[in-house]
Amino acid sequence: MQNNPQLNANGELRHLLSIEGLPRDVLLGILDTAASFVGVTEREVKKVPLLRGKSVFNLFFEPSTRTRTTFEIAAKRLSADVINLNVAVSSQTKGESLLDTVSNLSAMQADLFVVRHGSSGAPFLIAQHVKPHEHVVNAGDGRHAHPTQGLLDLYTIRHYKQDFSRLRVAIVGDILHSRVARSLIHGLTTLGTPEVRVIGPQTLLPTGVEALGVKVFNKMQEGLRDADVVVMLRLQNERMRGALLPSAQEFFKHYGLTAQKLALAKPDAIVMHPGPMNRGVEIDSTVADGPHSVILPQVTFGIAVRMAVMSIVAGN
Amino acid sequence: MTPLPDAEKLCAQLAAELKPAVSPSTAMIGLYTGGVWLAERLHAALGIAVALGTMDIAFYRDDYHQQGLARDPKRTQIPFAVEGRHLLLVDDVLYTGRTVRAAMNELFDYGRPASISLVVLADRGGRELPICAQYCGSKVDVPAGMRLRLMRDEGGKLGLELKHAE
Amino acid sequence: MKVLIRNGRVIDPASGRDAVGDVAIADGRLCEALPGKPDRIIDAAGLVVAPGLIDIAARLREPGYEYKATLESEMDAAVAGGVTSLACPPDTDPPLDEPGLVDMLRRRAKVLSRARVYPVGALTVKLAGERLTEMAELAEAGCVAFSQADEPLADTQVMWRALQYAATFGFPVWLRAEDQWLARGGVAHDGELATRLGLPGIPAFAETIALGTLLELVRATGARLHLCRLSGAGAVDMVRRAKLEGLPVSCDVGIHHLHLSELDLGYFDSHCRLVPPLRGQRDRDALAAGLADGTIDCVCSDHTPVDEDQKQIPFSEAEPGATGLELLLPLTLKWGAQRKLPLVEVLARITSEPARILGVHSGRLQPGTPADVVVFDPEAAWRVSPETLRSQGKNTPYLGYELGGRVRYTLVAGNVVFEQA
Repeated sequence: MQNNPQLNANGELRHLLSIEGLPRDVLLGILDTAASFVGVTEREVKKVPLLRGKSVFNLFFEPSTRTRTTFEIAAKRLSADVINLNVAVSSQTKGESLLDTVSNLSAMQADLFVVRHGSSGAPFLIAQHVKPHEHVVNAGDGRHAHPTQGLLDLYTIRHYKQDFSRLRVAIVGDILHSRVARSLIHGLTTLGTPEVRVIGPQTLLPTGVEALGVKVFNKMQEGLRDADVVVMLRLQNERMRGALLPSAQEFFKHYGLTAQKLALAKPDAIVMHPGPMNRGVEIDSTVADGPHSVILPQVTFGIAVRMAVMSIVAGN
Repeated sequence: MTPLPDAEKLCAQLAAELKPAVSPSTAMIGLYTGGVWLAERLHAALGIAVALGTMDIAFYRDDYHQQGLARDPKRTQIPFAVEGRHLLLVDDVLYTGRTVRAAMNELFDYGRPASISLVVLADRGGRELPICAQYCGSKVDVPAGMRLRLMRDEGGKLGLELKHAE
Repeated sequence: MKVLIRNGRVIDPASGRDAVGDVAIADGRLCEALPGKPDRIIDAAGLVVAPGLIDIAARLREPGYEYKATLESEMDAAVAGGVTSLACPPDTDPPLDEPGLVDMLRRRAKVLSRARVYPVGALTVKLAGERLTEMAELAEAGCVAFSQADEPLADTQVMWRALQYAATFGFPVWLRAEDQWLARGGVAHDGELATRLGLPGIPAFAETIALGTLLELVRATGARLHLCRLSGAGAVDMVRRAKLEGLPVSCDVGIHHLHLSELDLGYFDSHCRLVPPLRGQRDRDALAAGLADGTIDCVCSDHTPVDEDQKQIPFSEAEPGATGLELLLPLTLKWGAQRKLPLVEVLARITSEPARILGVHSGRLQPGTPADVVVFDPEAAWRVSPETLRSQGKNTPYLGYELGGRVRYTLVAGNVVFEQA
């Protein structure tokens, strides 16, 4: 009933809302462009003038310092003007509707909205209502998607492993609530990864997850065997209160990444985490700080990837 | 229509012209893609000590708002300090001058060079900005609606070609 | 007034009649032949003449929700859709838990002189699910059944006692089978699509578990239970078996659930945010088949006008519901055409069968019955748009679509209350 709102009439990326639905060549184009931006972030003048005179509005309905900061840095390195809006939303204070908020900002000459929202689908709604010259980048919507995180995860994997067509990737933890997992799964399957595994207790695996093209494991030891990439997801405290899990301790025992469990993966396996980490809950400190961990490079790549995304959509 | 000049001959001619200008600290930067091919040949022919720099101007173009970001940007790599350096900037064809303007803007984000000399294989006229080449292989007339490009065959031989502009 | 509807294809599901002929109306009732000359002749050549449609679930939004819609606008929508009788759920504001409110609603409807309104009373006070309402009083005021609308009952103890009490008087109880804890927080069918879209899901077993409980209580109490808005294949199977067993149960399906599935959510289309949720394709197919084989007794619109402000927000925050009074006929015809059923059987699902559920004598074209008639063109197509819809609720997944089946005349008690070219 609706067209894929990410692509314009020429099939070019006008918004980035989800990795699902991105043609493979568009996906690879973003990664290639990000590689060029890595060069920019490594030199002394870390700016390029692409978005000079453009206004990037960070519209965060969910609090997040990390993601917002990386988007801000990325936008500033593109020479854009950045305005941060932390819109606190609570059921008590029902103020302006989402679309009204966006219309008001639009009236202030916004060019690009970076949106993080607690409800799945919010950026799609916004994208359907913005003006032709305005662009939307999804910084995370509910449990649905976190495309820039997925892209930087793909970039990281490509950086260390080069060829997706031979990889076994394991994603561990709270898949049910994870937009990071969903985006990464779509990206990996689009790029032809032969084996994408999800590992977790039944309570943290969404219904019908196999339909996304993944293999399900409840036992971490089996799921990690011969893995090339291990992605650990953050476990939020609320999960213990919602009858999904009894305790962080039990979770760590069976699903936390320790050096011992990591030994089951390939000797040159890399360990990733979208951050922020809960040390001792999903990942052991020795692994997080160890030689397999590429968690810090992920952050660096994240800025280049976001620069690539913003400069591609803003140009279409 | 006059035939296009022989790119290999022009390349050798440029190398001869540039020889007196090259010192141990001289550096060269080629602009993707044709400029890099030409720069590789000149760099080798002139025995330049400093490693060759390659530059993609995708992030500095002045037509981003009309055309969007160029697909498949290459990675700019400047393996030397730009600060205080005498630079030879190499491109295949000089036309409106906008590519060179973008290249200079990008270059200045790396540092302040002592001087920049522009080296081009062909100058087709049609300048839209006050830019000129210090070293030029040949002036070439290009019919309206056509593009002049440097090509390189599998054997590495350089040749100039006319193609229809999109 | 004497009205003659001439040369139409007269279809009366109650008697099985399907033949070209005339329909005569005098003094608000159908008659064998007109005594004298007609005051009005309606030329029904090429059109279908059927009993006025009966919609057993249509929210009129009065009292309390007048900003969403009013009795007047929704009654206009009803007759424009060919609906001459409708039952409205008790979830008004305040809920229909007192005879005075029921009385007021019936009076208001009567004054408007369009469709007949049959109120369904609240099963519990304020619909809070704890204390029983004075059902006998409410029945006297005109309630035809008792329901919780979409509100849960506090616990199974209340459920049991409510069914027992209603059974005492022979009152039908209309309930939607859903386990409130399994459904808590969910906004879409718990399946592949909700997983893909990252939407909290309501599993199909939220319906079947509650249905199992209700059927056991029917066995224990003998209460007449009507199950509202079936949503899944599992529930259809359970009702089929319950009927074979001889339990006094009936059920309906919402017109949107007959055609749409979770796939229609597309890119988070809030117009598909419905209660119960649109489930999988297999579920939709089971519902369509269940309506055909009689497991599901009738189809209703579940008409729920929602203002666009409450739909133009993220999916999980949007108010559920779709407008439906004007889509009941074309979407029922579409279902019938897809299953290649004869028109007389198709129309039964929105005339004689809902009449049976409501316990009213209308829904048939027999001499002596009230002259509630619809004359429509089954072939004529029209585009669903905010302009063509008379309801204040423009919220439907079918916006922009062309549907076949256009009402030309609607008569209630022999009066032409709606006509269009």
